[in-house]
Amino acid sequence: MSTTSIPDPSTRYRRTAQRGINSEMLSWLFMRASGMLLVILVFGHLFVNLWLGEGVKGIDFAFVGGKWASPFWQVWDLLMLWLGLLHGGNGVRTIINDYARGDRLRMILKGLLYFAVIVTIILGTLVIFTFDPCPVGAEPSLLPSFCEG
Amino acid sequence: MASAQSGTLYRGREGMWSWVAHRISGMLIFLFLLVHVLDTALVRVSPEAYNEVIGHYKTVVFGLGEVGLVGAILFHALNGLRLILVDFWSQGPQRQRSMFWGVVIVWVVLMAGFLPRHLMHMFGA
Repeated sequence: MSTTSIPDPSTRYRRTAQRGINSEMLSWLFMRASGMLLVILVFGHLFVNLWLGEGVKGIDFAFVGGKWASPFWQVWDLLMLWLGLLHGGNGVRTIINDYARGDRLRMILKGLLYFAVIVTIILGTLVIFTFDPCPVGAEPSLLPSFCEG
Repeated sequence: MASAQSGTLYRGREGMWSWVAHRISGMLIFLFLLVHVLDTALVRVSPEAYNEVIGHYKTVVFGLGEVGLVGAILFHALNGLRLILVDFWSQGPQRQRSMFWGVVIVWVVLMAGFLPRHLMHMFGA
């Protein structure tokens, strides 16, 4: 192998590798599209949970139960869950590709990453759709007010 | 013309440091997201378990951590919008530096709004 040659920085950048539609281009596009949606979703989430009412002090089981009683917030949180983990997972994939130089290490790190992303997406999705705001036998004072009666 | 003094779009000065901050904030947000889905999943265990764990978020140490988290999220979001403009707006690459300072200014304004409100919630004023 000859030594790596670094091109003169003043030469004009030339596109040499992949052209047209390919997975890395779609990944680049996805980061921008999901990023714009996430700005809206996450800002709304922070505004409702940390700004309104008592902020972080107001968050408890009854608060979550009240929110997820509405399909609006179920869909909101579901979108945030999927887009956030795919956007974040893809970002970490890029970081691993940049810094993990050995093939084996890169494989292991990406394996762990994909495992964590898939498990978290499945867990979160199940929680949103199987959540019961009024579990039988629970202490009534901890439940949302609509559970009474 | 790019030079060692002025840097290029992604080397040196605002272009590079915003990129570094974008990576670090993104990594941090991702790790928090994993933990946050797990703590929220406790609603499926019992109201007591959820309230017990989420109660930690209301302590002083976590409250200050939330300031850092919100700061990271706001920067990542605003700089991400700047990135989209750099990539898709014809004027973007020329204006990336002033857009970076725009990000900093909007970030300061939003944090100045969030911080007092959050501290009031935490310390019950």
